[in-house]
Amino acid sequence: MRALTNIVSCGIYAPALRLERERIAQALQWLGPPGAAPLRGSRAVCNWDEDALTMAVEAARRCLNSAAGSVGTPAAVTLASTTLPFADRSNATVVAGALDLPETVRTSDCGGSLRAATSALAALARRDETGAALLIASDARLARPGSPQELQFGAAAAALLVARDPQAAGIVPCATIIAAECLSADFVDHYRMSDERFDYALEERWVRDEGVMKLVVAAIGRALAAAGLGAEQIDHLVMHGPAGVTRRVAQAAGLANAHLQDDLRENCGDTGAAHPLLMLTAGLETARPGQRIVLIGFGQGVDVLVLIAAEGAGTAARPTVAEALGQSKPEPYYTRYLAHSGLLEPHFGMRAERDNRTAHTVAWRKRRQTTAFVGGRCRSCGTVQFPKSRVCVNPECRNQDSQQDHRLADTLGRVKSFTEDWQAYSPRPPYVYGNVELEAGGNLLMEFADLDPGELRVGDAVSFVFRVKDFDRMRAYRRYFWKAKKV
Amino acid sequence: MADGIRNKVAIIGMGCSRFGERWDCGPDDLMLEAFAEASADAGVERDRIEAAWLGIFFDEQSTGKSSLPLAMGLRMPNIPVTRVENLCATGTEALRGAVHAVAAGACDIALAMGVEKLKDTGYAGLPERTKGTFEDLYLPSSTAPGAFAQLASAYAARHGYSMAELRRAMAHISCKSHDNGARNPKAHLRNRITVEQVLGAPMVSSPLGVLDCCGVSDGAACAIVTTPEVARSLGKRDFVTVQALQLATSNGVEMGHRSWDGSHTLTTRIAAARAYREAGITRPREQIDLIEVHDCFSITELVLMEDLGFSDEGRAPHDVLAGRYDRDGAIPCQVDGGLKCFGHPIGATGLRMAYEIYLQLLGRAGQRQLDAPAVGLTHNLGGIPNRNVASIAIFGLGT
Repeated sequence: MRALTNIVSCGIYAPALRLERERIAQALQWLGPPGAAPLRGSRAVCNWDEDALTMAVEAARRCLNSAAGSVGTPAAVTLASTTLPFADRSNATVVAGALDLPETVRTSDCGGSLRAATSALAALARRDETGAALLIASDARLARPGSPQELQFGAAAAALLVARDPQAAGIVPCATIIAAECLSADFVDHYRMSDERFDYALEERWVRDEGVMKLVVAAIGRALAAAGLGAEQIDHLVMHGPAGVTRRVAQAAGLANAHLQDDLRENCGDTGAAHPLLMLTAGLETARPGQRIVLIGFGQGVDVLVLIAAEGAGTAARPTVAEALGQSKPEPYYTRYLAHSGLLEPHFGMRAERDNRTAHTVAWRKRRQTTAFVGGRCRSCGTVQFPKSRVCVNPECRNQDSQQDHRLADTLGRVKSFTEDWQAYSPRPPYVYGNVELEAGGNLLMEFADLDPGELRVGDAVSFVFRVKDFDRMRAYRRYFWKAKKV
Repeated sequence: MADGIRNKVAIIGMGCSRFGERWDCGPDDLMLEAFAEASADAGVERDRIEAAWLGIFFDEQSTGKSSLPLAMGLRMPNIPVTRVENLCATGTEALRGAVHAVAAGACDIALAMGVEKLKDTGYAGLPERTKGTFEDLYLPSSTAPGAFAQLASAYAARHGYSMAELRRAMAHISCKSHDNGARNPKAHLRNRITVEQVLGAPMVSSPLGVLDCCGVSDGAACAIVTTPEVARSLGKRDFVTVQALQLATSNGVEMGHRSWDGSHTLTTRIAAARAYREAGITRPREQIDLIEVHDCFSITELVLMEDLGFSDEGRAPHDVLAGRYDRDGAIPCQVDGGLKCFGHPIGATGLRMAYEIYLQLLGRAGQRQLDAPAVGLTHNLGGIPNRNVASIAIFGLGT
């Protein structure tokens, strides 16, 4: 048995909004008689200003904050997803910018299959270099209204910080990867052409019998051989799919002693490429040190990773998976979900016609301020301010060129004033914004995220989250900035 | 040490168009309407004007850039015309240019004109616009009511009022201004309203409902100014003189520093202190007879009563409800209806305020005339509470 690499920490983010499956079915009940399966639970849906990229940033921040110590700045950021907002603009580079990683970081997007994240993890396990790497998986999949996928899909992101030898830095890892085997097979269980919004799914029974049962079972056998383990030595099977199918796979592969990880779909939904890492994190939280875990990724082939839980497994993620999924509130309007997903275009009034052109010359010049939320801290008086400026804003100071970079993303603020604005255009009226006192002296007029009317009070504490600021529909672009979120 | 503007400049003629939704008028029509009145009032022909200042705020939305709209609209005889823009203080800024030119001796007779044609936008409220290439990347796409609503939440928290208590005082302000506007034939809104109507009106930006917001109007106003000596040589016996004309511009403290509590307008306090000093006013509550303040929203007028020193801090709601700023109160505020009801064509507003003070001091305000006022104050707050230009003018009588 050889340690390939280690997982140092995990981070999980799911949007707060939950759409009840019962509500979806009710809205579309005229399409046909109800199916046999009970419509339990709810699915996570993105707010209007969330996408696979913003969720990735949040999961990554949580992952980096969950590490029990520093393994150094990640040398690489890999972003795995099938729903990244930009087809040609490195999404991972935007994420690295939001995390304020140095420009020497290697970034790559990977997608093309729901096993994008497990394939990327397998690649990280096999690499030679010792520096830490960040793997983020994030998906916000669209489904055609009325389709079975609409009930199944969810949105979430999961991030793993991976390092070859964290023990050298005195850090106890969560898990050690000892085998990573891949099998490629163009088995079309579902597909989506590049310029299409929705998946086309093939018959579930065929997918189960010809695809999962044959390909996954074969791949598990190869991985166990590579790990030098017998099937009965496996304690946990983490596999993304219906519980009944997972049970059959465990049986067929001889995993007689394996606990089957819950698929977390009831309160979250199927989160695509993020789902294997989301389930793995949940599995690690319950695994005892030394227990052996098999992680499956399925999609035009199979990835199988064999891991051994380590001392840090129980505290892999802060917040925990349960906490991350529990930070939720209901989305009572099915039509608002459709509008946020771009599937319904209600009348927002003439104010929605505003031209949101981005001056990219400025966006480039100010990239650390707007993407990494880096303001200034005055060396003379200590005042933290945003934006950073040549002359200190403190009326008692006003020193020139006295500010050093100061990242605000991980600080707290306090609500000084706010409004719920029904006149301003917002994809989710009312548009809520106000004055936020920053730590150490500053003030910023900014938007609030994830608020419904009546939820905010002057004096509330806020943290900051990376969100879509504006959509430029004329030029098919979106720009991002930070918003205040009630703690 | 400069001794300021006090008593150096006389206003010898003013004009103001009817304000409102002037669907049938362009900016030329509005300027001509105001200028005809001022020219006749002053007894000064167009060709005797030596220099002019034009105030327009939304140039692309309405009238066009530069000084040309005035020079061409009135076919001025190729005199120097300067276009000024300083947010909602634009009208007062135009007056300031003309007043300073006369005081400096650069010319004998100058014109200040303000105009705004807002109702070509296509929707209610002010036009949407970019905040600038960098600020669009991080500032909220706020509206005017949303930006001023911030005052209400901060004021209520700071002074311990419930929002219901504060809204009742704010509603009194709107009702008072509607009562006043009803007496003004040039006002945009001339209907009387009740507190219940204000509180029950549709929400715009909480806690501001529709009836907490001023009119969005088309209009123009202008002033012809000269020195007291020239005024007398023109046969004027009573005329209005400028006692103070001050601006205070935000330097970023409110937007970027925690020292501002969000419940007041910092620049108004600074401009007021300067203006009182310039005018020699030491007890504004006794020495000023009427005021026209920037009541873009009901909450703005409320906090301004403290910023201008007419109410003690935290006491404005009590004073408002006690009728202190009503037409028959100690310090009548917006006797012409204010921005609320006279209307708010931005470039014209500062001059419209001066127009009302001018009429009142000369005893020419018709059915809304107060009992022999001698000193009046106008105030604009251009921008939003987070960053703005406060202008204050004080006018008196000269002979």
